[in-house]
Parts: sequence; C-alpha cells; structure tokens
Amino acid sequence: MRLAYYPGCTMKTDAKNFDESTYSAAEALGIELLEPTRWNCCGTVHALAKDNVMNYLAPIRNLIRVEQMNEAELVDDKRVVTQCAMCYNTLKRANAAAKADPDKMGKIRDFMEKEPNYQGSVSVVHMLELIKGLGWDEVKSKVVKPLDGLKVSPYYGCLLLRPREYGIDDPDHPTVMEDLLEALGAEVVDNPYKAKCCGAYHAVHMKEVAADLSYRILKQAQEAGADIIVTACPLCQFNLGDRQNEVKKHQREFEGIPVVYYTQLMALAFGKEGTGFEQNTPDPVPVLEEKGLL
Amino acid sequence: MEENESEMVTIHVMGKKHRVPADLTIMKAMEYSGHQFRRGAGCRGGYCGACAAMYRVKGSYKLQGALACQKIVEDGMYIAQIPFSPAEKITYDLLELRPDANTFLEYYPEISRCLSCNTCTKACPQDIEVMDYVQASLRGDVEEAAKLSFDCISCGLCAVRCPAEIVPYNVGQLARRLNSRYLIGPTKHVIKRVEEVEAGEFDADIDELKRLDRKTLQERYEGREVKL
Repeated sequence: MRLAYYPGCTMKTDAKNFDESTYSAAEALGIELLEPTRWNCCGTVHALAKDNVMNYLAPIRNLIRVEQMNEAELVDDKRVVTQCAMCYNTLKRANAAAKADPDKMGKIRDFMEKEPNYQGSVSVVHMLELIKGLGWDEVKSKVVKPLDGLKVSPYYGCLLLRPREYGIDDPDHPTVMEDLLEALGAEVVDNPYKAKCCGAYHAVHMKEVAADLSYRILKQAQEAGADIIVTACPLCQFNLGDRQNEVKKHQREFEGIPVVYYTQLMALAFGKEGTGFEQNTPDPVPVLEEKGLL
Repeated sequence: MEENESEMVTIHVMGKKHRVPADLTIMKAMEYSGHQFRRGAGCRGGYCGACAAMYRVKGSYKLQGALACQKIVEDGMYIAQIPFSPAEKITYDLLELRPDANTFLEYYPEISRCLSCNTCTKACPQDIEVMDYVQASLRGDVEEAAKLSFDCISCGLCAVRCPAEIVPYNVGQLARRLNSRYLIGPTKHVIKRVEEVEAGEFDADIDELKRLDRKTLQERYEGREVKL
C-alpha cells in the first residue's frame, strides 16, 4: 500500500525520531509513505489563532473616531448610534470582543501604530434602543399625523436580535418596533416570521433562495392583513422590497406589498420632510395616499 | 568631498553597503555612492512622485516608504527604489460617467476588497489618509475622496503595499476627475483666461519672449513677480 504522508514541520526538526520510526513501522506493515514533493505549514497557529486582528481594525477604528469626537466635545457622550443592522452587529461585537480581551486590544494597537489607541470607552447603540430609551410617551408627543388605519407588519431579520447577548430585543419575541408603531398610531400586524431570515446574501448568488425566504415573510404579512411592512436593515429591505420582482417570477399570484424603513414612517408621523419614499420599491405612496396619510 | 567620520552613516543600497554623509537624502546618498538615475528621479522637490523608495532601519522589521528626494538617510538603513508600480491604466470617458459609487466599482471593483487595515496610509509619504479616501470612494462620496487624495503624487507606494491589491492612487485620480467635472464644474477664471489666450491678448508678449537671448530670459525669470 502506498499512501501520501504529510509529516509537518516538527517531524523534521524536534521530532525526527517520530518521523524516522513512522517510516520504519510503516515499512514493517507494508505501507509505503510518500511525502508530497512540496509541502507547507499545516496552518496551525494561523488557522487556529484567535489573535488575527485584521477583522477588528475596521470596526475598532470607527470606535476610536467616536472617542475622538467625544474628546473634541463634539458630542454629549461616548455612545455611537447605528442604524444598519449589519453595522450595529459588527461594531457591537467587535467592541465587546476588544474590551473583553486586553491582549487582543494590545495587538490591535500594535498594528495600528500611529493611530490613536482605543480606550474601550464607546458603547454601541441601535437607533431603536435610543428611541425606546426616550420613552414611548415622548415619541407619542411628537406625532402630528398619527398613522391611523395603517396596518403595519414589522420585520426584524436576524442581525438586530442575534446573537442574543448583542441583540437589541428578545430574539424570539421582539416588541420594540411594535411599541414604536403603536406610539405612531399605527395598527400592528404580527408576523410569526418577523425574526426569520430574509435570505440575506443569497440574494447575490442564489436569488431563488432569497426569493423563497422573502416570499414566506411577505405572504404572511399580506395574509394577516398588513398594508405595509417595515424593516430596520438595508439588506432585509433589499430582499423584501427591491427584489419583489424576483419573488413574482416564482410566485405568479403574488401582488406585492410596500416595504419601508421604520424611520420613514416616523418621519411621516412626525410631519417631517425627507421621508425618502421615492427611493422605495414597490412604491409605498399609493397605499399611504389611500389611507389619507400623504 | 573630505570625509568626516562623525558625520558619516552606513547605508545599504539594494544590498550593497556604502558610507555616506549623514545629512543626505536617500536620492543624494545613492548618487554619492555612485548610482546614476535614469528613472526614479524627477523634480527632486517632493512634488512629482517619481522617486518612491522603500527602506528598513536597523533593528526594525517595519517596511517603510518614502520619497527618495525627501527622506534623510539613517545609519543602518536598507534602501531600494520602487520607481514604478505596475497598474492597469483604465481608460474611461469622463464625460460619460456618473459621480457615484458604482462608477468606482465599475472601473476599480477591487476596492470592495478593502479591509480597512490602513497599510496604504502608513506607506504614504505625503501623509494622506489613503484608506479613508478609498472608503469614501466605496460609498460614493466623491467630494471627500477628491479632497482627501488631493495631495497624491501617484508615487505608487500605497499600491505596492495594499494586501487587497487595490491601486489607491488611480481611485483617487478618478475621484478628483469626477469631482472637477461633475461637482465643482468649470472654473470661471480659467475659462476667462483661455478666452483671453485665444483672442490673442498674449501673442505679443510670447513673441517678445521667444526673441530674448538666454541671459535676458534668465534675468526675467529670476526677477519675475511671484504671487503666493
């Protein structure tokens, strides 16, 4: 029997006796071991290392810049507010990991050289957490155009809620968007798929997967009587909203439902310009007009 | 030149050891030690970007970048010139572009590989926030990318060092072109001056200059009014 044999570097240095006896033993057993003509490090250390700081540089640099804003007294405190669910998740987790591991923080500092050190003083908050912190009565008091009669189904997706320790709400039964929508005067329509995956990046290379997952969410909201769906994540918005034509290719009876960001309904209820509805696909304006909100 | 040992340092130019005066730039030290520049030298004033060099100093693993005409040698320095960084010269018609993120991604899609490691910024001899302008380009902030990259002299050190194989200086150039064409627009005083030139307002002056002998021309040049 002739087999490929990968010895690894230690067998050729400190464990030559291991290597040599391996060949001897194998030979006695009628096994011929053959090394690849060229081989490199098996990758241990690198493959198993937890001290690869490259993933942390981008998020930590952003947190350093928040510290600098605070030092320059441009902002009131050391919180940084995020909106995009992906950014929130990334910054939050990188922040926690760096704070929890001084050794990692040291390596990040070493790599960043002349850049200022991260003091670990920033806290990452999501806009929804900030709004919740203000209190729903405060939100209610700013409403000039209550969303009366508008049936809204909130959709959370995954990154705002998971992993649990970094989520902004209960990952299985979130309520923050429901509370917000009620404060805006809307009628909340529950969707059991509100925290299930929209298909995320499958939208790029497996469109049908994203379309199927998104359809499940859209259909459920529609069957429950929703006029409109709100999201809190650009990727969810893309899959549920912009990609509805893709959904229709697979589900011919599907008629479409507008999908907007929760802040767009806030701006509307607060009587503000700059709702940005012109950028939404499908167009939410007809249903909002029908409800007398535009 | 008489050697004063206390003012001499040892450098290694492409592996070969030389003793050179301590106050020379890399470029002058290389010339002092017998090198003649056919490429990799231009304005000698830190403006043209032709003389990119990389070096290490004794006792440090750090690979550093500099302009050879600006950086003063250090004792124990290991030096190599990088007179050119290979990069595809993309052709585009500026009049048919849009000043947004997709334009950058269409011509330089590799910018989406940026890890934000900031190695490009560390390599920049102009102290430009290179990574920040690549990131600004990625999100379509043409004005910011143009502003941040304004001092770029395309020396190429950022491109040589980037682990994502981005050519930042080309991205910055595209940003500045988009900014000029679409965001700032034509500059009024330039348009006015071009009209004056085309109307022949300076023809007599140019003809006069053309007829001057070298000495007078030099006197005129040295005695000219410089407005800063």
